[in-house]
Amino acid sequence: MKLTIERAALLRSLNHVQSVVERRNTIPILSNVKIEGREGQVSLNATDMDLDIVEAVPADVLRPGATTAPAHTLYEIVRKLPEGSQVELEHTGDDSQLILRSGRSKFTLASLPVDDYPVMSGGDLPFTFTLAADEMKGLIDRTRFAISSEETRYYLNGIYVHAATSGGVPVLRAVATDGHRLARVEVPLPEGAAGMPGVIVPRKTVAELRKLLDETTMEVTVSLSETKIRFAFDDAVMTSKLIDGTFPDYERVIPADNDKVLEVDCRTFSQAVDRVSAISTEKSRAIKLSVDKGSLTLSASSPENGSAVEELEAAYDAGPIEIGFNSRYLLDIMAQIEGDAARFAMADAASPTVVREVTDSSAVYVLMPMRV
Amino acid sequence: MACLCRDCAHLIDADAASCTNCGSARLVTHPELLDLSIAHIDCDAFYASVEKRDDPALNDKPVIVGHPGGRGVVTTACYIARQYGPRSAMPMFKALQLCPQAVVIPPDMAKYRQASSQIRSLFLKATPLVEPVSLDEAYLDLSAGARLVDRAPAILLARLARAVEREVGVTVSVGLSYNKFLAKLASDRDKPQGFSVIGRAEATALLAPLPVTTIHGIGAATARRLAEAGITSVRQLQAMPEDALSARFGKFGRALAHLVHGEDRRRVVADRPTKSISVETTFSRDQSAYPALAAALEDLAGRLEQRLKRASLAGETVVLKLKTSDFHSLSRQSRLPHPTQRGDLILEHGLRLLGREADGRAFRLIGIGVDHMAPATAADPPDLFEA
Repeated sequence: MKLTIERAALLRSLNHVQSVVERRNTIPILSNVKIEGREGQVSLNATDMDLDIVEAVPADVLRPGATTAPAHTLYEIVRKLPEGSQVELEHTGDDSQLILRSGRSKFTLASLPVDDYPVMSGGDLPFTFTLAADEMKGLIDRTRFAISSEETRYYLNGIYVHAATSGGVPVLRAVATDGHRLARVEVPLPEGAAGMPGVIVPRKTVAELRKLLDETTMEVTVSLSETKIRFAFDDAVMTSKLIDGTFPDYERVIPADNDKVLEVDCRTFSQAVDRVSAISTEKSRAIKLSVDKGSLTLSASSPENGSAVEELEAAYDAGPIEIGFNSRYLLDIMAQIEGDAARFAMADAASPTVVREVTDSSAVYVLMPMRV
Repeated sequence: MACLCRDCAHLIDADAASCTNCGSARLVTHPELLDLSIAHIDCDAFYASVEKRDDPALNDKPVIVGHPGGRGVVTTACYIARQYGPRSAMPMFKALQLCPQAVVIPPDMAKYRQASSQIRSLFLKATPLVEPVSLDEAYLDLSAGARLVDRAPAILLARLARAVEREVGVTVSVGLSYNKFLAKLASDRDKPQGFSVIGRAEATALLAPLPVTTIHGIGAATARRLAEAGITSVRQLQAMPEDALSARFGKFGRALAHLVHGEDRRRVVADRPTKSISVETTFSRDQSAYPALAAALEDLAGRLEQRLKRASLAGETVVLKLKTSDFHSLSRQSRLPHPTQRGDLILEHGLRLLGREADGRAFRLIGIGVDHMAPATAADPPDLFEA
């Protein structure tokens, strides 16, 4: 194999694939990226056996062929080459080396046989639909912050995607929760998604997918089975295993008839929460909302730091309530609300509170109060 | 020579037979009395004293604190009971053979902890450098740079002893010297309600006739080996040069060369916030099977939960500790998304860590603990799915 490629194009693709490669690997070849030169393009492939990404980049291929090379090292080298440079990759026959030349630099990298590179078969993916990149970004951004990082609750370590009906309308729903907050976002059900199984997309796949979405405005084709999901872009295909677990019955923790309804201006509220939380302890980040007719008082106290109080104007017409929340969770939700106003529907200080954007019903957030 | 009245904490003339201020005969006289500033304070028969305080009917009775029944041991015997022979750590049945009339009271740790923290807060009014050793003893550094009241340490100690008696209702024995080793030795020499002083001038001579086990760091095993070499008293160790001690004891030999002459460089270190809490168990026979290890872990996780709740603390990282049959220690940890006090959650993480290690190796010890501590109020935020 021998080919020449622009540094910028190579760097961009390597950036996508190298982050799939784990830093520590017990299987040596999993540290490598597979490089395959074909007519007019080079394809880069990386995998961690759970997630596989293949990306094609235009290149001047003088001699087709394939090899593998250490992904992180290759990425570091290309990153440090001067902007605008051309990169030549050369690999001869069964030689165990990949030679990289650029300007006056020459690197010799240890390669491993391409035939040993694991192939992740998609298998049969019976459901296929397309989503606009923006729709998919919305589903991810407004849920991923709630994904659990607790490994023992592995079934919460991803976004649950499934078909549902909302007010009689078929929707595609994304749900994530860590047990303390929950986010549920929906878009109209795309054609081809009806009857699809509910699937849990792992956190790492979500993160890599989100990066690819940043660089496209096109549609993404999603294909899935009960065990795998594939996202196809113009020049990249990502295939991932799904989390083998049962997502909990989340509907039962979304209260339907909380009647203490508070409306706040998102910006003012976020800024006040941020200020007051400066005093709350780092471990709990607890902040107290004291709500009474027309007024909202935020407060926090800690034995080490002292206390803070801030009063806000707010629309509220029900009986007085005091309720505590993790300030970081409040800010996470506020960051996803694009409109001006947020509506809190509360029951009491020990039951879940529902938060929505006043003018957008596609997203619902649920917050478990803290003891304060 | 300086003389202190232990009742009114006044300094008086050394040749007075009783205090010229209050008339008390409880005087302490020592040439270095005003030059010494490291103290060891030990509560007298602490648990038993607390019980007597709370039930005056017990005052003139022999009291033994400990779990009654077949396999219980004596935790504390009061001074009346000790006259008949019972001692701490003695099996209860044996103690009761020696002193059948003793009143046996099961320990009430919460009560002792409460009294202990009350005593500690009295100490902290004198100096921030209080190093608790256990619930009933602590070292205090009352040197000029540390003490909060500008009085001679001996005066502060007499006041403290009186304050503990008055406000907590138990008596203490005070040892005053110029380092921790000798302060502790001093407090042991005069009990109960003692006030004992060891000065620089007398240290070497005072230590000479004592058994080698007096030295901090010489336990039963070392003493046995020394006895085999014919060494039983500190005097014999004092006669050995540092090189000889190093040759025999390695690194400890150098510290020993100083200790036998009453020199101890350890400083009084103020009580630091708890950094971690853990529990462990050593198997009577090495274990390699996962089910046996897991069962031990389950038991430990329950105990850890109790410890955490008692301390009102929670931990955010679970640490599994294992020691292989060839004494190789390893520890594995798992970070939680929030601090916890819950034994079941700690166990879940512990078992996951154990699953990766239980590969057939034989283990002699297993332990589990938490670190990255937080107050109990930050533990286990309510969960949507467990509500």
